[in-house]
This record gives sequence, structure tokens and C-alpha cells, in this order.
Amino acid sequence: MFEIENLHAGYGQMQVLHGVDLHIGAGEIVALLGSNGAGKSTLNNAVSGILRPREGRILFEGKDISGLRSEVIVEMGIIQVPEGRRIFPNLSVRDNLELGSYRRGRARREENLERATETFPRLRERLDQLAGTLSGGEQQMLAIARAMMGEPRLLILDEPSLGLSPLLVEEMFALIQRLNAQGLSIFLVEQNVMQSLEIAHRAYVLENGCIVLSGVAADLLDDPELKKSYLGL
Amino acid sequence: MELFGLSIPLYGWQTVLGSAISGVFLGSIYALVALGLTLIYGVLHIINFAHGALLMLAMYGVYFLWRYFGIDPYLAMLVIVPAGFFFGYGLQRYVIGWASHGKDEIILLVTLGIAIVIENGALFFFTATERSVRVPYDLDGIDLGVTYAVYPELAALAGSLLITGGLWLFMTRTDTGKAIRAVARERQGARLVGINVDHIFAVTFGIGVACVAAAASLLVPTYPVHPQIGSLFVLIAFTVVVLGGMGSFVGALIGGLLIGVTEQLGRLYLGESLGLITVSLIFILVLLFRPNGLFGQKTGQGSS
Repeated sequence: MFEIENLHAGYGQMQVLHGVDLHIGAGEIVALLGSNGAGKSTLNNAVSGILRPREGRILFEGKDISGLRSEVIVEMGIIQVPEGRRIFPNLSVRDNLELGSYRRGRARREENLERATETFPRLRERLDQLAGTLSGGEQQMLAIARAMMGEPRLLILDEPSLGLSPLLVEEMFALIQRLNAQGLSIFLVEQNVMQSLEIAHRAYVLENGCIVLSGVAADLLDDPELKKSYLGL
Repeated sequence: MELFGLSIPLYGWQTVLGSAISGVFLGSIYALVALGLTLIYGVLHIINFAHGALLMLAMYGVYFLWRYFGIDPYLAMLVIVPAGFFFGYGLQRYVIGWASHGKDEIILLVTLGIAIVIENGALFFFTATERSVRVPYDLDGIDLGVTYAVYPELAALAGSLLITGGLWLFMTRTDTGKAIRAVARERQGARLVGINVDHIFAVTFGIGVACVAAAASLLVPTYPVHPQIGSLFVLIAFTVVVLGGMGSFVGALIGGLLIGVTEQLGRLYLGESLGLITVSLIFILVLLFRPNGLFGQKTGQGSS
């Protein structure tokens, strides 16, 4: 359903991505692994329309979406939960959630809000609280719930485990699996190699703007090269 | 009474109260001008130097509607406020945004440039002659006991309160209002939920100019129009914004009323020309003791 072909992108003089190819099938969890500076967020920004790619195509259900404006991409159902959450700290939790359906899913806003707060009971208790006063874990929940309000068809999660306690990370990955079990396609961009590979169907490893390794997640878990470079085994 | 070599007259409480009340009326207009300024600052993080010029332009608009079409200045609001919104929208989206490439220091210069163009354009086309609207009811009013409030003053207060209240409802109840507040603090996050940030910037600027247009309608029955009138109000509006706190609505309203009262009492005790010194004094005191203003948030918290 989603495909990236020969994607080149960068900022100013700096070229970050040097021809990335990957694809995501319907109902899959695909992980993109890589260390800091590998180009993961650049890739996300290019997909979400924040950054215009220099070359290559991004296909969503057969349609080239590269270079489209971010609101058009959201409207098509590609919704990103960005690194650092990017929630609206000066708005209430409820307003944050409602704005999640600003462009898409407005018709079923009430139902979706009900569902989101069922998935995240902690948010239900804090609906009228300012989002900026939430804890880091709660803010991450809110960022995901806000994305769910837009009825995503492809959910992009950029480092959802960043800054969370090990217990919350467990909870977060379990949640991602639950959302996937409901049929949602998920693109999981992570540094947390082990746990990502445990829940993903397939994975890609990005290094210096190039895909260096890809395959079925279970196979990658046993890959000696990956073990050496990422797990120090 | 003598103070610093100035003789300060002593007045009865009726005179002082009357003066304060007329300060409230004046302050409500300041609040309205400041409201637009603080909204634009709060969301776009720019100081709109063209604010005063736009106020002046809107006042001319109201004046000409009355002069050539016989439209009552208050009724003119129905025309001038939407016109102000669309003018502001276009100005931000197609001139300021286009010319500045999103760099704050350029935006500052662009708005300053727009102010110079509008002011000199007005001087050229409308000349420096003061023009006044005569409405049949401009001296009618209500006797409040300590002072006599004319209808234009009452209309200014009622209009400002209604507009501030309406804008507050808009900002807290509608999707567009919430999107404006979201963009104010988190542009990237806003883009990722599908908010068109350029559109929201232009809407915000449009609302700011619409506030100024409403203020123009409320001002014209009592103030003569000339090409420099805007700078008078906008200078005080800057003080109001700093006093109330940059980006705060309540701050703009309370700040406007406080400045209006201070100015009128200053005029009462220190005379017409020296009276304005009290406004500057407040400005300095706020900067010294409460630089974030009465209702301002601490700066440096925003991530965008």
C-alpha cells in the first residue's frame, strides 16, 4: 500500500538520504531502525510533506505523494506521531484530541474521542487538563491518541519509546501491537532495535542515509551483522 | 499641592471618578487596538508595525463611507470589519509571508515598510487635512451623575467588550480558534494534524486587522481622521500589550482599561500635554518589575 522508491532528501547543502527504497504492506508493522543521524527523521519529514524530497517517489496506494503539502498527506490518511510528541501544551487534552480530527475524521469526532479515551484511560481522567502539564509518558499517549483521531490508514511512529521508562516502553510496544491487530498499518521508526524487531513483521536498517539491511524481523533478530553493530554481541 | 515643582490641583471625588470613567471609555478603544496587536504577536511572533497605519486606513474607510454613501459609522462596521479581515488575510499571505521567507527580522522590516507606504499614500491621496464625521447623536448621552457619557463613548465600551468576548469564544470554541492557539505554540505539531499553517497565520493577521477596523468604526464619531492618527493609538496599544502581557487577551482588555484611566487621571492632574507621561511611566515600571506583564506567560517556553 505504501512504497518509497529511490528517495533522496536533505537540508540546504547537506544531503541526508541517498536513494532509499522500502515498502509497507497493508496490515504490516514495518520497523525502520538506525542510530542518531542515520536519516530516520528526514525520511519521516519527507513522507509527511514537511520536507520536499529532491529525487524519487513516495507512493501511497499507487499515487505519487512526494512533494505534496502536509495537510493533503494527512487528508489521505498518512499520519505521523513525531519525535518529541509535538502536542499542543497550551491546549487542554480534549482540545488536542479534537484537533487530531481537524483535517480528517471530523464526522466521527465524538465516537473516536470515546474510543481514544477507552484505549488511554489516563487521558480520560485528564481531558480538561492542559496538555503541557502531563508527564512524558502521558504526552506520548496523547500524541498517539491525537493521531488516532484522524483515522489513520498508515500510522508513522517516530521514536515512540524515546524518554520513556522501561515499563512504559513495554506498554507502548504492546499498544502498537494492539493497534496493528485492529488492522492498522504501522511504520515504526526506532532506535530500540530488540523490542522493535519483536513486534515488527519486517524491518529495514538505515545507516548514513542508505538502507544497509532489510528482511523479515525474526530473521534479522538472528542476523550476526546486526547483532554485532547494534547489540554488541 | 506641590510635587517636584509641579503644582498638583486637588479635586473632589466626583471629578476624579468622572475622569476615571471617561478613561474607561477611552481605554476600551485602546484595548481593541491592542487586542489585534497581541493576537498577531502571540501567534506569528512578530510585532506588527503596520497596525497603526491600518487603523488610520480603516478610519478613512469609515469616513468615506459616511461622506459619500451616508453610511452611519457604526453601521459601517458591517462593511469595514470584513474588509479589514480580507485585507489583513491577503497582506499576510501574499505580501508579508511571501516577502519574508518566514524570517522574523525580515517580517519586522516588511511591516514597517507597509506602514510607511500606507501613511505616505494617505498623505498623498487624502492630504494632511483633518476630517470629521458629524453624527446627529454625538453629543447626546446619559448623565451618570459624576460625568456625562455621550453615546459614542458608551458604544466604544460596549463594542469593545462584545468583540473581546466574541473573540474569546471563537478562540476557545471553534476548530479554527483552537488551530490558531495550536499554531502559536507548536507549528510542527500543527502541520502534522493537517493544519495549513500559512492559512492560519493569514487568518490571525486578518482577525487582528478586523479588530483594528472595528476600533476605527468606534473611534470615528469622536476622533478626527488624519494620516498620523494611527501612530498615536498604536504607541499606547504597545504599552497596553506590554502591560497586559504579550499574547494575552484578558491582559489586553484589562491593560487597555488601566491605561485609559491612567491617561485621563494624568491629564486631570498634570494637564493635557503632560498627562500622557503617566502612560510612559507605567510602561517603564512594568518593564522594571513585571517584564512579562500582568497576564503574560514566561517567555522561552515555546518550542516553535
